[in-house]
Amino acid sequence: MQIPKRVLIYGYGNPGRQDDALGNEMVEKIQEWIEEHGLKCMQTDSNYQLNIEDAEKISDWEVVVFVDASQEDIHEYRFQKVDPSDAQVEFTMHAVSPAYVLHLSEKLFSKKPETYVLAIKGFEWDFKEGLSDNAKLNLEQSFQFLTRKLARWAYIKDNLPISMLRE
Amino acid sequence: MPKKITIEPVTRVEGHGKVTIMLDDFGNVRDSRLHIVEFRGFERFVQGRPYWEAPVLVQRLCGICPVSHHLAAAKALDVIVGAGTGHGLTAVGEKMRRLMHYGQFFQSHVLHFFHLSSPDFLFGIDGDPALRNIIGVAMNNRDLAVQGVMMRKYGQEIIRLTAGKKIHGTGAIPGGINKNLSIAERDELLSGPDPLNADKMVEWSEAALDFFKDYHKNNQSMVDNFAAYPSNHLSIVREDGAFDIYNGVLRAVDNEGNIILHDVDCQDYNKYIEEEVKSWSYMKFPYLKELGPEKGWYRVGPLARLNVCDFMPTPLAQKEFEEFKAYTSGKPNGMSLHYHWARLIEVLHCAEMIRDLLKDPDLQNDDLVVKGEKRYKGVGVIEAPRGTLFHHYEINNDDQITLANLIVSTTNNNQPMNSAVNLTAKSFMNGQAEITEPMMNAVEVAIRAYDPCLSCATHALGKMPLEMTLVNANNEIIDKKNK
Repeated sequence: MQIPKRVLIYGYGNPGRQDDALGNEMVEKIQEWIEEHGLKCMQTDSNYQLNIEDAEKISDWEVVVFVDASQEDIHEYRFQKVDPSDAQVEFTMHAVSPAYVLHLSEKLFSKKPETYVLAIKGFEWDFKEGLSDNAKLNLEQSFQFLTRKLARWAYIKDNLPISMLRE
Repeated sequence: MPKKITIEPVTRVEGHGKVTIMLDDFGNVRDSRLHIVEFRGFERFVQGRPYWEAPVLVQRLCGICPVSHHLAAAKALDVIVGAGTGHGLTAVGEKMRRLMHYGQFFQSHVLHFFHLSSPDFLFGIDGDPALRNIIGVAMNNRDLAVQGVMMRKYGQEIIRLTAGKKIHGTGAIPGGINKNLSIAERDELLSGPDPLNADKMVEWSEAALDFFKDYHKNNQSMVDNFAAYPSNHLSIVREDGAFDIYNGVLRAVDNEGNIILHDVDCQDYNKYIEEEVKSWSYMKFPYLKELGPEKGWYRVGPLARLNVCDFMPTPLAQKEFEEFKAYTSGKPNGMSLHYHWARLIEVLHCAEMIRDLLKDPDLQNDDLVVKGEKRYKGVGVIEAPRGTLFHHYEINNDDQITLANLIVSTTNNNQPMNSAVNLTAKSFMNGQAEITEPMMNAVEVAIRAYDPCLSCATHALGKMPLEMTLVNANNEIIDKKNK
C-alpha cells in the first residue's frame, strides 16, 4: 500500500548566516522526531530559499508547513495559515514567498495543499554558523509547538498514542 | 529646483539596492546612479581559517549562486594543493565539476528567463504589474510556466547529485571531488521519465530560444534600442577560443571586436584588472589597468561571453551563435536586452553539455583527487551565470588563509548597470512630471537584463517592499511611493 503524503515540513534559510538557519535547524530536529516515532506519512526538506520549483514539490502533499527565520517584531514564533497570493511579500525574485509557491502550485498543478508558515524569531545574521542563544530558545519552544501539531495530524490517520497530544 | 528620485529597493533583484535619479530644474535627468549595499568583510572573515574549508565557507556568501563560489574557491585551492591551474584534475574530477557547473548555470538562467524576463516579454514593460510575474505567465501560457518550473527542478537535481546535498554542498574539494556519479544517478538524469531527462531539456531549451526570437521579431526596435551602448567585454575562453564557462584564459574585446586583453593566465588577473572605489557606492568598479577607469570598464555575463568567444563547442548552440553573431555582422553586440538572447543560447549549450557528459563513462571513475607540491597562492576564475567570478587566496605555513580577494560577477557589471540605468532614465523620464509604474519598471528592466545578484542570502521573512522616494535638492522628501 502506498504511504499517504500527509505532511511536508520544509525549512529554508542559509545555515552560514547564524539565525537564518532556524528553518534548517527545525527540519533537522523534526526529522529525528519523525524517525523516532516512525511517522512515514511525513517528510522534511530544506533549502536556502523557496523558489518556483517548490510549487511542484508541495503539490504532492496534503499539508505543508514552511519554517523560516523571522526578522519581524513577533514573540518567540508565529504559526499562520497561508492563502495563495501572487503578491511579492519579498522584494527579491530570486526567492519567492510561501503564498507565492502555493499560488503557483494551484495555477500550474491544480493542487492546493493546506499550507502554514512557522516563523521563528531570529536575532543575529552574520557570516557565522550556529544560532544565537535567544534563537535557540525560540527554536525549542517552536519545536514543542510544532510537534504537538504534527502529532495531532498524524493521530488522525496513524492512531498515535494519546499521550503525544498533551499540551 | 532640482529633484532627486530614489527607487528603493530594485524589485526582482536579489539583495538591497536602490536607484537614484537626479532631475534638473527642467525635469530632465541630470544623472542617475545604482547604489548597492554589498556585504563587505567576507574576505576578512575567511582569514585565519584552514584553506580546505573555503569551498564550503564561501557558500555562505550567497544562497542564489553558491555553486559558483564553491567551484571558484575549489579551483583556487587546486593550485595551492599542487593540482595545477587548468586541466590538472583527473577526468572524473573535472567532468563532475563541469556537470555541477552546467546544472547550476541551467537552473539559474532558466529562473531568470521564465521568472524574471518572460513576464516583461509577454506583457510588455508597460503591462499590468499584477500580471508581470510567472503567475501571469501561467495564466497566459501555462505550458511555458510549467516548463520553467520543471527545468529549474532538473537543474537543482543535477546540483544535488553532484554536490552531495542542496545546502552547503561538498562535491568539490581541493584537488578534485569527493564523489562520482553512480549509474543509477546517471540514469535518473539522462533518461528519467518525461519531462525530467536530458533530451527533453534540450528540446525545451530550443523552444525557449524560439519564444525569445519570436518576441524579438515582433518588437525589434524596442529590444534593439533599449539601453544599447558600446562597451568592452570580458570573459574566460578555452585556449582555442571556444566558449567555456569552467576553465580557460582571460580575454577582453572592445566594441569593435579588437582583442584588448590577449588570453592571459587567470593566475595573473591582478596584473590586468584593478578596482576603483567611488564615494557613493559600496560596490567597487573594476577596469582594465592598461586602459584606466574611464575607458577600461567592461561588461561580463552572457552577452560578453558570446562577444568574446570564437565559437560554441556544441552543435545546436553553435548554430544559434552563428545567427546571433550575424545579427551584428560579427561585431560585438552592445544591446542590453540581447543579454536574454545570449542567456538562452547558453541554456541550450548547457543542456547539450549535460546530455553529452551524462553519456561519458569517466563520470563513474574512482580516482577522485590529485595532489602535488604545495603552493602558497591560488587564483580560481570561473564564469558564473552572471559573469566572471574571481577567487584569490594566499596561505601560510600553517595552512591558514592569510589573504582572500573576491571580485564577484555583479561587481564586474557595476559600471555597465549604471550606464544602462542612466540611458533608460534619460529615455523614459526626461521632462516627465511624475514617475509612473512603467517608468519605474523600465529602469528595473535595464538592471534585470544583467541579472545582478547582490549577495544577500539572508532572506528572512519581513523584508521591505519596493519604495520610491522623491527628494528635492535640499534632501527633503517631497513624495514617496510603495510598490
